[in-house]
Amino acid sequence: MKIIVLIKQVPESQATRMDEATGTLIREAASSVINPLDLHAIECALLIKEAAKEKCEIICLSMGPPAATKVLREAMALGVDHGVLLSDRAFAGSDTWCTAFTLAAAVKKLGLPDLILCGERATDGETGQTGPAMGAFLDLPVISFVSSIEQIAGGWRARRMLEDGYETVEIDGPALACVLKEAAVPRLPTLQGKRLSRAKDIDVMSAQDLGVSQDDTGLKASPTRVVKIFRPSHLKKCEKLPAMDPAQAEKAVDRVVCLLKEKGLI
Amino acid sequence: MSPKAVWILAEQREGKVADVSYELITRGRELANQRGTDLCAVILGDNLSDAELQTLIDRGCDRVLHASAPELRHFLPEPYDKCLQALIVKEQPEILIAAATSTGRTVMPCVAGALRAGLTADCTGLQIEADSGNLLQTRPAAGGNIMATIKTPERRPQMATVRPHSTRPAPSSTGRTGRIDRWLPPADLLKSRVRRVDFTPAAETQAIQDADVVIAVGRGFKKADNVELARKLANVLNGAVGASREAVDRGWLPYPAQVGLSGKTVSPKLYIAVGVSGTVQHLAGMQTSETIIAINSDSEAPIFNYAEIGLCGDLFTLLPMLTAKIAAAKQS
Ligand SMILES: Cc1cc2nc3c(=O)[nH]c(=O)nc-3n(C[C@H](O)[C@H](O)[C@H](O)COP(=O)(O)OP(=O)(O)OC[C@H]3O[C@@H](n4cnc5c(N)ncnc54)[C@H](O)[C@@H]3O)c2cc1C
Repeated sequence: MKIIVLIKQVPESQATRMDEATGTLIREAASSVINPLDLHAIECALLIKEAAKEKCEIICLSMGPPAATKVLREAMALGVDHGVLLSDRAFAGSDTWCTAFTLAAAVKKLGLPDLILCGERATDGETGQTGPAMGAFLDLPVISFVSSIEQIAGGWRARRMLEDGYETVEIDGPALACVLKEAAVPRLPTLQGKRLSRAKDIDVMSAQDLGVSQDDTGLKASPTRVVKIFRPSHLKKCEKLPAMDPAQAEKAVDRVVCLLKEKGLI
Repeated sequence: MSPKAVWILAEQREGKVADVSYELITRGRELANQRGTDLCAVILGDNLSDAELQTLIDRGCDRVLHASAPELRHFLPEPYDKCLQALIVKEQPEILIAAATSTGRTVMPCVAGALRAGLTADCTGLQIEADSGNLLQTRPAAGGNIMATIKTPERRPQMATVRPHSTRPAPSSTGRTGRIDRWLPPADLLKSRVRRVDFTPAAETQAIQDADVVIAVGRGFKKADNVELARKLANVLNGAVGASREAVDRGWLPYPAQVGLSGKTVSPKLYIAVGVSGTVQHLAGMQTSETIIAINSDSEAPIFNYAEIGLCGDLFTLLPMLTAKIAAAKQS
């Protein structure tokens, strides 16, 4: 059995910068980490491997700058067998369509696995589109919002979190699953894992290695363009009422009740 | 010739049009008017009634296109993807917007992937660019710190998912007319390697996204037992209890109750944020609420910048007092 986990390096801090000229996120920020949700995807893969009767290989695949080898190494310290990094200037500025296309090309090179896992979304782009879009290029059923997944005879059983409840689905054959944080609690790397990970190789693949042309990857090939970036503003004028002592509290609460009545809320 | 139509992907549950569809009509109608074209709702399901489909016309659509088959009764990734693709290829809409729901967020990327269309996630603003006629799609980015406006200059359709509850549902008006088309997809589009085997409805009595009143629990509650104080207030207001991520991470409330960037977006009539500081990530999920009230002991908490009334004090005193006074006001 083979499982490919897609991981992404994201800035550790929330203060992500954007390149105002091209309108893309600046990704090579000072310190990067594995996208938090991807850790849950890695954990799912490890649990499936541990439960499997057959031999199982886990590959982590990432697209990013050369520095993204760091997050692949972190994944291998957790028990992932191989790391593959897609890195090429030609990929820069890819939107979700181009990113999904490029990752899918790599999956085809590596050989279609039994399962592709990814986090539901990344904390920087926050689109949640790259995973599902790959389904289109690989002809795999997309199982999104997965809160648990296990192997069954001939395929997979997954639980999905929907707006109004939980749905269980069964899938025949290979699938692509996008997991939520409920799916598994990530383990911590062990010292031995860290040591082993340093000895493992990370394959780096370029656009040429993948046979992906400039017409299909990078900023120019991307269907979408960022045209403007601005700071949101929803500031309201707040009637701030001190309510520290009992008398103030009483008055303030009365004011709220009065407002709720005015608005017909009670 | 007027431009090609604007489409919305309406949703249904158990044969009834889901409310989020009416929010899409609000968005879609505006865009269709700006473009001088028709608004068409596409809806996948199993033989919805004419009366149900007519509600989409009553609320502003010019046409309803219903793909109908037993396999489309519930969302299944492959038939939904294939049927929607087939309709787009046949009719070539200029714009397609869907709700950023579990359905929309799954099927739209698949369709956009296959058709090489541009797709923007989780938009909170949609507009037509005056000279080019392109769709301008605005969404929060970088953890809600920044808003980005995105367009798809060449590829068609221009596709976007829209945050649920980021706008009001279109009102119904009687006497509107429109065309209802039913389409029975061929069997090869309905094949599925995925089977739905079970469904368990959510435990929370009222989903926060459907509630008129939401009481939000933040880290200020200190421990799980204290959440009861929020439930009591929610009870007298017929509301639901939501939570910040801090409260969810501590296990005080389940993840479906989380409001914010990585949780749900709500837009209730009344949002009472209690012991919630008001980080950008939390605000991203609630700032379109009609009336916001904040209770926080820190008079500098950012949440106060977004509230209509803010009470600077201890929630453990204020919450029971507020609950009692509202109950009393309702009595009289
Ligand atoms: C990528 C990303 C996504 C995120 N997504 C979300 C999301 O979806 N939703 C979300 O909420 N957060 C999200 N966060 C986390 C967010 O940054 C904050 O950590 C979180 O919102 C803070 O929750 P809080 O307001 O409950 O806690 P705090 O910020 O710790 O605030 C607690 C507040 O309680 C007040 N308080 C304490 N005691 C009392 C008392 N006795 N009476 C009254 N007030 C009191 C304090 O003054 C303080 O303002 C996300 C973060 C990241 C990086």
